[in-house]
Amino acid sequence: MTTDTLAHHHHHDSSSKVIFGFWIFILTDFIVFATLFAAYAVLHNNTYGGLGIKDIVDLPYVLGQSLIFLTSSLSYGLAVVALKKGELKRVMQWLVVTFILGLTFVGLEYTEFAKIVQNGHSWQSSAFFSSFFTLVGLHGVHVVIGLLWMAIVMIQLTMQKITPTMQTRLACLGLFWDFLNIIWVFIFSIVYLMGAI
Amino acid sequence: MLEQLIFGKLTLDAIPYQNPIIMGAGAFMALCALAVIGALFYFKRWTWLWKEWLTSVDHKKIGIMYIIFAGVMLLRGFSDAIMMRTQQAIAVSPHLGYLPPEHYDQVFTAHGVIMIFFMAMAFVFGLVNIIVPEQIGARDVAYPYLNSLSFWLTVAGGSLVFISLVVGDFAATGWLAYPPLSELAYSPGVGVDYYLWALTLSGIGTLIGGINIFVTIIKMRCPGMTLMKMPLFTWSVLCSMILVIVSFPILNATLGMLFLDRFFGMHFFTADFGGNAMMYVNLIWSWGHPEVYILVLPAFGIYSEIVATFCKKTLFGYTAMVWATVAITFLSFTVWLHHFFTMGAGADVNAAFGIATMIISVPTGVKIFNWLATMYRGRITFATPMMWTIAFLITFSIGGMTGVLMSVPAIDFQVHNSVFLIAHFHNTIIGGVAFGLFAGYTYWFPKMFGFKLNETLGKFAFWFWVVGFYLAFMPLYLLGFMGMTRRLDHYSAATGWHPYLVVAMIGAFSIFIGIIFQIVQLLVSIKNRKQNMDTTGDPWDGRTLEWSIPSPPPFYNFAIEPTVDARDPFWAEKQKRKQPGYVAVKPHYTDIHMPRNTAAGFIAGMFAAVFGFAMAWDMPLIAAITGIGVLACLITRTFNFNTDYYVTAAEVEKTEAAIASGVR
Repeated sequence: MTTDTLAHHHHHDSSSKVIFGFWIFILTDFIVFATLFAAYAVLHNNTYGGLGIKDIVDLPYVLGQSLIFLTSSLSYGLAVVALKKGELKRVMQWLVVTFILGLTFVGLEYTEFAKIVQNGHSWQSSAFFSSFFTLVGLHGVHVVIGLLWMAIVMIQLTMQKITPTMQTRLACLGLFWDFLNIIWVFIFSIVYLMGAI
Repeated sequence: MLEQLIFGKLTLDAIPYQNPIIMGAGAFMALCALAVIGALFYFKRWTWLWKEWLTSVDHKKIGIMYIIFAGVMLLRGFSDAIMMRTQQAIAVSPHLGYLPPEHYDQVFTAHGVIMIFFMAMAFVFGLVNIIVPEQIGARDVAYPYLNSLSFWLTVAGGSLVFISLVVGDFAATGWLAYPPLSELAYSPGVGVDYYLWALTLSGIGTLIGGINIFVTIIKMRCPGMTLMKMPLFTWSVLCSMILVIVSFPILNATLGMLFLDRFFGMHFFTADFGGNAMMYVNLIWSWGHPEVYILVLPAFGIYSEIVATFCKKTLFGYTAMVWATVAITFLSFTVWLHHFFTMGAGADVNAAFGIATMIISVPTGVKIFNWLATMYRGRITFATPMMWTIAFLITFSIGGMTGVLMSVPAIDFQVHNSVFLIAHFHNTIIGGVAFGLFAGYTYWFPKMFGFKLNETLGKFAFWFWVVGFYLAFMPLYLLGFMGMTRRLDHYSAATGWHPYLVVAMIGAFSIFIGIIFQIVQLLVSIKNRKQNMDTTGDPWDGRTLEWSIPSPPPFYNFAIEPTVDARDPFWAEKQKRKQPGYVAVKPHYTDIHMPRNTAAGFIAGMFAAVFGFAMAWDMPLIAAITGIGVLACLITRTFNFNTDYYVTAAEVEKTEAAIASGVR
């Protein structure tokens, strides 16, 4: 075995280990969210005489927010397609699009939260508000971490070009981004949609 | 203003000068630290410490550091235990004992936290780290750098518990910090904050560790080692790590919510504003019950290895053992409510959880009978590891039966939160986990260091521990029936409890002598290591792959990746070698791929420790700096693309030849 094939063999092996481990990490993060969903389910009626979810939900607004976030998953997918073809410039373009969409989503969420706080409510108002802000906010924090990660990956892509290591990292970030989309679908259905009805 | 930014709530008043016990303990800790630092200067070992240990990503070295850390924590946790036993033995009215209530409450909280999170967990992770890769024929764990990060996060958590002794105070809430008592309204001090950060940091470390070991076992077994050919220790660790992966996120999320309550004034578990304290109890136990199996399953694995080795027999009922382990893994998530039958969930719910609890005793019983059947007609060698195993079989059976007793909700209502419960879980945790860890420590010690522990002193330690255990905890069963509740710092003489508590204290002192013997055993064994050298790498006539390599193994473990076609691969190999006409194949070495050392895990861990301290004391500036420090460490590491290297075949050949000729 020459050193080249040995190195190749190793990278292949290490990549499958990293991606498998990252799947497991995603599973653990799912459980964190499951715990918070459970907390929300228990506490969502405990409004302590204050506002409930029905009073704060703006369904068209959240729908727009959702569509923007789901589109970012599509654009990330297109970045991966370009990655498979080895087109570095395309990859960067789609990553920038994804980044902007993600940032918009965070901005919209921030605006929604700010509006609630301006109206004199906060996470301190009631157990419902605590669990609402925590569940939705933790998802937001995850998106911010995803954006930070995306920025780092873009810097590293310009440094490293398309290497097996970078392919693995983009695969993990993709898993993470899709995971956040799935969590958002649950938040949209369980918190907003069921709350509005 | 600036002072507020830097020091937060911390003032010099936080140091309890007036308390001689705490100051004495603090002075002792400082003295030990100074002695270690002095020794490092004297022997000029700083570079060695940094290069060989602190920045090491070698799973064996990280494992040894875990065990040293667990040993230090055992001493601290045990001092708490002996303080409680003496307090209860003298605090019969009109005496109030020597510990004021607020101190006593911290002592029992710290005892539980330390023994579970920082002693048992760290010890388990230490043995797992060292042995699992060697048992599956791997050269390291799946993610060596994350392994180092896990360890240093655990140390960061543990150091917070230590610091809380002299700066401020620790939680006085009991080891699970039930709200509303642990909320800001009722625990305004820093104790619960210390608790939250200690457990959060070590919890994240454990979670990363769990993923790491799980992927190692799934992805890195040597050719031929199918799942049903894995040694039972590895099997039990696999199941235990699945439990870590599924349950620790719940712990982290739950502690996170309590933190949000205390720090941001939220109302998840508060008594007002619609909070629900019982939700905390449910969540914490849906981590807490699997946690006891996270600890005891690896111990079961250790016993399985030891029984087979010291009875010179293949383990009886391998398949049944595997399925029993898997069944326990699943069932451990279905019983959490038995910790609070008295909550008032209703007869139907209680009955369901009671029955589920009883069902767990079936696979556990299967295991006990498999071990007994392995011993039956075996040629038993009564070495120390085997003696711990026999003590376990008896002790754990008693503990298991009192557990089944308490799984009946009607009986639980009588003994709930009494010292009967204390006796029960110490019966299973000491008799199951601690005995197993001591057995594993003695069994694998030659593999770690290349020489055996002194057997005579080991047996003295064994007898003092076992007799001490029975003296300390059997009276507690009776006291539980007599109505003594847990966590009492004084009681009336009319209760008639006093004589039993004196016996329990004598038991605790017997365990104390056992621990002293363990320390002496270690020191004497190091001193006389020349007489106890393990030159073959196989001191016990073992059966699994870790015994097929030298003791201690070279950093790459296996010079040649083994191929396996049997359940006890090394035993089968040894039988082959004994056959006439066996010709050893000349080894053909190839390049070995190994990870480079890194300081990232250590530095991130230290930043995390200061971050936890700063968060507990509300120090915004320091928290920001250290928080960014942790992030910067982790991010900088991702810019390092040169994380591993090749050991050439020639180097491997040279190292192997040096080991074979006894030169190191």
